[in-house]
Amino acid sequence: MSDAGDVPPPKYALSAYFGTTRDEIIDTIPHAASLGMKVVEVGPCRAILRLPYRDFLVGDPTRGVVFGGVITTLIDQALGLAVSLSLEDLRPVATLDLRIDYLRPAVPGKDLFGLGECYKNTRNVGFARGLAYDASESDPFATCLATFMLGSTMGDTPFAAALDEYAGKTK
Amino acid sequence: MNPAAAITRMPYGLHLGVQVETTDSGTVFVLPFRGDLIGNRWLPALHGGVVGAFLELVATGELFAQAEAARVPKPINFSVNYLRAVGPRETRGKAVIVKHGRRIANVRVIAWQLDESKPVAAGIGNFLL
Repeated sequence: MSDAGDVPPPKYALSAYFGTTRDEIIDTIPHAASLGMKVVEVGPCRAILRLPYRDFLVGDPTRGVVFGGVITTLIDQALGLAVSLSLEDLRPVATLDLRIDYLRPAVPGKDLFGLGECYKNTRNVGFARGLAYDASESDPFATCLATFMLGSTMGDTPFAAALDEYAGKTK
Repeated sequence: MNPAAAITRMPYGLHLGVQVETTDSGTVFVLPFRGDLIGNRWLPALHGGVVGAFLELVATGELFAQAEAARVPKPINFSVNYLRAVGPRETRGKAVIVKHGRRIANVRVIAWQLDESKPVAAGIGNFLL
């Protein structure tokens, strides 16, 4: 009988970024940066992001409720990042499809949190689920299921170099 | 309400700078390209969230424009299929109201860039009126 110790620990290409407030992992994404999105926590197969409330994100001015599409952006980013955080090798990740259920309006004036979790990868496809909340994970205002296409290993691409550079700076 | 007025009623629609064109085949919504909409700057390609948000904005704008109530329709759910890379250029979209009931509307949206016969994304959603 073999010991559990014989099983090698899982390896993650982005493990250098695991932890809290690791904003550098999304600072390379212009749209996420322009919305002021921040990393709350990232780890194996999992990401939590925060989107600060701003008036221009509103969809219905009479209620002050953030537009549904903004929640799409937050959730797409959180789930896509969770998939990236699940990979052994650095590979590009592109959303294939995404479905969001809006359970209730987000509370006006409150920051939005997006949580993503990658629960299965096949050779070409990553499967992820997630939710968005304003106060507690246990009371989400939106839930989401999505699939992502996994590209080929990046090797010496500029993206890989940029990530290495950031990781080196922040170690 | 005309669709352009519908978009300007939504601050996020104004932020994205979405414009409206009236054509023979209906209303076409236009998302002008801007650097801060990029998600992958090495391809480069628009952020998947921006594309999803634009589709939802097109659906909401079309519904809002056709609804009698002055209230913005509330999304119940929305599903986006990403069909092709969305490059750093103008994106166009139009919506078809599949069913407009008393309480619920079902809306289908398609978005394209250079060629309408090569859509970059498609969406479908249910809205509470």
